[in-house]
Amino acid sequence: MYQITCPHCGPRAQTEFTYERTTDSVVDPAGDAQTAMQALYTRANPMGLDDEIWRHTYGCRAWMVLTRHRVSHEIHAVKAIGPEALP
Amino acid sequence: MKTPYSAFSLLRGALNGQKHWEPAWRDPEPKASYDVIIIGGGGHGLATAYYLAKVHGIRNVAVLEKGWIGGGNVGRNTTLVRSNYRLPQLHNFFEFGLKLWHGLSDDLNYNVMFSPRGAMFLGHNDGDMIKLAERGDAMRCDGIDAELLTPKQIAKIEPLLDLSRTARFPIDGALIQWRAGTARHDAVAWGYARAADALGVDIIQKCEVTGFVKDGNRIIGVETSRGRILAGRTGICVAGHSGHVAGLAGLRLPIESQTLQALVTEGVKPMVQSVVMSQSLHFYISQSDKGGIVMGGDPDNWPSYARRGQPTIKEHAIAQAVTCMPALSRLRMLRTWSGVTDMSFDGSPIIGPSPIDGLYLNAGWCYGGFKATPASGWTYAHTLATGKPHALNAPFSLERFMTGATIDETSVGPFPNHR
Repeated sequence: MYQITCPHCGPRAQTEFTYERTTDSVVDPAGDAQTAMQALYTRANPMGLDDEIWRHTYGCRAWMVLTRHRVSHEIHAVKAIGPEALP
Repeated sequence: MKTPYSAFSLLRGALNGQKHWEPAWRDPEPKASYDVIIIGGGGHGLATAYYLAKVHGIRNVAVLEKGWIGGGNVGRNTTLVRSNYRLPQLHNFFEFGLKLWHGLSDDLNYNVMFSPRGAMFLGHNDGDMIKLAERGDAMRCDGIDAELLTPKQIAKIEPLLDLSRTARFPIDGALIQWRAGTARHDAVAWGYARAADALGVDIIQKCEVTGFVKDGNRIIGVETSRGRILAGRTGICVAGHSGHVAGLAGLRLPIESQTLQALVTEGVKPMVQSVVMSQSLHFYISQSDKGGIVMGGDPDNWPSYARRGQPTIKEHAIAQAVTCMPALSRLRMLRTWSGVTDMSFDGSPIIGPSPIDGLYLNAGWCYGGFKATPASGWTYAHTLATGKPHALNAPFSLERFMTGATIDETSVGPFPNHR
């Protein structure tokens, strides 16, 4: 078990968060069918760093992007997304 | 020819101090080239090599394993063997495997301790029972055994389940497959390894694939920690590391790797007769031949190659199992472990040619690969020998994700973390 630092709430237990998908699997509404299928159905799935969308579901419910290592579980960066991230 | 394992061999050995036994498989140096290279010396890879040699007569085969055989998911599962799926593509595939399981010990001359003790899915409400009946009907239409049980019938098989109406998760019935059961996981790897080795297959351990040798759009071999090895055909068969190894060839698969945990308690006298599973909750328990209660639950629902699970996920499975079978609360946990599972995007495996010539895929087994070992090996051997899928694995092509012909037993869609 590890802690995730929510951009809004600070460090919290990982159990408060849920994983959604990687950032490269978000479907671009302006893209064609082929790129949509690529986004939905393929993953790089690296044995290293990847950008992942997580949500502080059992907390402030905000979305964020974690740059997380898939073997060490080390979190290299947390970035807020959504309206909360606007200046 | 290896000395067969038999009572006669044992008796003969009694006269000479059992000195006639030889290692179960050789430890060969890799050759410069092979007809077929199988990457991954797990159950599926070793079974593939065995059936390539036995059924197709292709014996110039190498199985490359980065660690030691039996050290991956074939040694990390909960040993359940069953074919009780609702979708015909799945239950026909797993039923073919279940039939092989029933004769496997004789076929391999190695006791895999297959124990067809029955596997039941519990139903906790009317909706569950309708789904279980529907699944049972679908299986019986294809000649696979399935029987709906009432709580009274369940009580005769598993008297320790809480069948009272005040239970937190009331049990309304179950669907049992009597021909399903468990097997000794290590013996499956060792049995296939020994039998494949006897037919001339080279099992090369501590040999990690670090890249592919390409000639245009064709894979003609692999780079390994023990040098370059060329191959006519190369098959990836690496379970949880499919994404990583396919990535070395430049492929992106519909797979995300997650951790799946299991645990075993101290050994006790027989208390769980069958395999008890609940899919509405998510736990499965059985009792090993040593007496330990083997238990598992959900995967950790985020990507990881770490092979160490989060305790809260384990706690969840234990809580469910203890709620349904309160006597389990008195047992002490002996050991826990984790494996990396290759969660595919429709919950079904991928077996067949890849978009790159000469490279084949056997991946995406999610948390259900062990039971598939013989069928996976059989159909993958057919695919590697002929270049074309067997009728049983034809539906499990990689293209199905692009054509929309996914085989999604739980109708979840492309979200392995919600499965």
